[in-house]
Amino acid sequence: MKMPFIAALAGLSLLNSSVISAQEGNDQTPQHGGVIDTIIQPEPPGLVLGMIQNAPTRTVAGNIYEGLLRYTTDLEPTPQLAESWDVSDDGLTYTFHLRDDVTWHDGEPFTAEDVVFSADVFHRELNPSARAVLQHVETIEAADDHTVVFTLKQPFGPFLLSFEAGTFTMVPEHIYAGTDFRENEANNHPIGTGPFEFESWDRGTVIKLTRNEDYYQDDLPYLDGINWHIIPDGASRAIAYENGTVDVLPYGTVENFDIPRLTAMDNTCVSDKGHEYFSPFAMLWMNNREGPTADKRFRQAVMYAMDREFARDVLWNGMGKVPLGAFGSNARFQNESLSPYDHNPDRARELLDDMGYDGEEVTLLPLPYGETWNRWAEAVQQNLKEVGINVRTEATDVGGWNQRLGDWDFDLAFTYLYQYGDPALGISRTYLSDNIEKGSPWNNVEGYENAEVDDLFARAATAHPDSEREALYHDVQEILQEDVPVGWLLELGFPTIYRCNVKNLITSGVGVNDGFKDAWIDQ
Amino acid sequence: MSFFARFARNRGALAGLIILGLIMLMAALAPILFPESPWRMVQRPFLAPFEVDGFWLGTDTMGRNVAAGLMHGAWVSLLIGLVSTAVALVIGVPLGAVAGYHGGLIDDALMRFTEFFQTIPNFALAIVLVAIMQPSVTSIVVAIALVSWPPVARLVRAEFLSLRHREYVEAARLIGQSNTTIILRQILPNTLSPIIVLASLMVATAILLESALSFLGLGDPNVMSWGYMIGAARTVIRQAWWLSFFPGLAILLTVLALNLVGEGLDDALNPRLTRKRHQESAT
Repeated sequence: MKMPFIAALAGLSLLNSSVISAQEGNDQTPQHGGVIDTIIQPEPPGLVLGMIQNAPTRTVAGNIYEGLLRYTTDLEPTPQLAESWDVSDDGLTYTFHLRDDVTWHDGEPFTAEDVVFSADVFHRELNPSARAVLQHVETIEAADDHTVVFTLKQPFGPFLLSFEAGTFTMVPEHIYAGTDFRENEANNHPIGTGPFEFESWDRGTVIKLTRNEDYYQDDLPYLDGINWHIIPDGASRAIAYENGTVDVLPYGTVENFDIPRLTAMDNTCVSDKGHEYFSPFAMLWMNNREGPTADKRFRQAVMYAMDREFARDVLWNGMGKVPLGAFGSNARFQNESLSPYDHNPDRARELLDDMGYDGEEVTLLPLPYGETWNRWAEAVQQNLKEVGINVRTEATDVGGWNQRLGDWDFDLAFTYLYQYGDPALGISRTYLSDNIEKGSPWNNVEGYENAEVDDLFARAATAHPDSEREALYHDVQEILQEDVPVGWLLELGFPTIYRCNVKNLITSGVGVNDGFKDAWIDQ
Repeated sequence: MSFFARFARNRGALAGLIILGLIMLMAALAPILFPESPWRMVQRPFLAPFEVDGFWLGTDTMGRNVAAGLMHGAWVSLLIGLVSTAVALVIGVPLGAVAGYHGGLIDDALMRFTEFFQTIPNFALAIVLVAIMQPSVTSIVVAIALVSWPPVARLVRAEFLSLRHREYVEAARLIGQSNTTIILRQILPNTLSPIIVLASLMVATAILLESALSFLGLGDPNVMSWGYMIGAARTVIRQAWWLSFFPGLAILLTVLALNLVGEGLDDALNPRLTRKRHQESAT
């Protein structure tokens, strides 16, 4: 029964190679002109980034607003509104040197006062994710018109990763200062510094952005505008691409099972780049408190029993990566020397024998997010049954799933979490014992408690410099790899599907959220 | 004329019986022909029918054998159809019998209770019940039984109303038989034929209900059923027609066969009615 699978994998790896080739062709000379038609799903509740953080708001407004920095697909910071920055040796003082040629869409100049206002006033009041970072910040001061100094209370390693447009959005002080931010009239006509200006929003139909003629980077942007169509039905969205109404399908706009059909079309490219910053990571919660899953040999057996490559190739169309361990490949400080959990049913059976597993029933909660997740739960259930684990799947709706995880009423359960680029932002929260609290499905739900892990994570978050953080994080990964507090299923890959003559679409670690800046159409 | 001869006079009924027999054979042979779990991923996904030997009906989105799913699904569908009908009869027959036999206040109370169930659309109530109880074979059987017993109660009540003043019932009462004995031994046997006919049609309805629930994702996630197969395949219907076609065909044939058999039973159990009907249609 092995042979056919290998043939299948060979077929799917062809699909992977088309993903890679989609990134080529960046060496041509960009051409100006053209409007891109694309889709935003669902319709965003508003477009003032910083006030609203929903994914669709980020995707549209990431072209209107900007942050101080931008990130490559390797999550290296690159200049945006700040053209350079210095970090003091003790890791406490961050100095940003701003560009002096930036203007807001209404013509006012962008200055250090805008940065201080955005970070210290606007975001402190409105933005929970920025607030989490700001608690490490002592003062934010404008040294002169184009220099801003952040002074921290203690070193905070991931600080430089926090200046993406969606997290620390730069908003205009001259419009918002002294007003009721949420009631400000400018919210209907957002004003940023970005490459595109807001033109119109026909509710339920289309959001139109036009080229910022005064953009500070020469030549950019190449496009004359972007039309974000709003199409509520999934099948209609796929058809809109098939019949040429739209040319770009951002992540989340089409169902997984439509992807092979769409990518097989002529002049169609697909890329799974642009999610490095969020890095959605699918996991299998395993209840560390009671039942067979409380035994680490059982949890290791689950890891060996699952055929994660099959899940990636068949259920996710070859998109995504099988993770090595707790740290995704996009996370900083991944320890690459860990020994991987390969698909090894025999090893799983040995471990189960060793612990004396008696066939006690374990429950499995699929993630109620649609067909792909249901199929995945079926595949994992089958994998586990084949090594002798007695699994019973219990279907729930989203409310039931939230409640049962919050009440710790499960043995195994699917989920996925964002990693946010740095272990202190998106990874440690799953394993820290002080993050165990009933009622939330997003904290340390599995109930893993290990004082050594707590200590290593705590020290690594505020250690300085990075080499010291790295050593601590490598140690913690060794322990997690042995203890398997949760199952590491897949680093999800979300595809962006587009016509191949749209070039340079994804150039940063937040993907299509700020990618149209560099995009151009080969006409 | 013997019972079977009367049944066989209806050609459709005979055909229905043969189809039903084949489906029962499928269900019985499933564990022998496909001893492995139908959930097992055994081949390349999306194999078309007859593309590879041993996979006559192809494989599904995850490389599971469609033929195995179909045969194991037959067992599940028949089981749920039969058990839920039996449960519905257990609820409906006594209620209808008591209501029809006693009449008066008891009848009124029981019928208002029955109407309470009848006014809620069957399928909507079944969805709510399964969603509340968590999907499993038991909860599906209970839900289907709870939405399908009122017609049974109505039918049995009507039969009892018409029979309770017959002379043989009066005679039984006169010789001092208890109410229970009269209901069970005198009247009930005489109402059996319409109940049997109704039950055969109810099995068909139950199979359809189960398929519809599974199609909506409210099936037992641990058993392979036809409705599940169609529900899981609907998303890929443009790429792989066979995934929804074969289970759909199986449901169609089973329900058709049960209806034909029900009609044949009706003919066989009510010969006079049938003859009358035939005469009417002839004139």
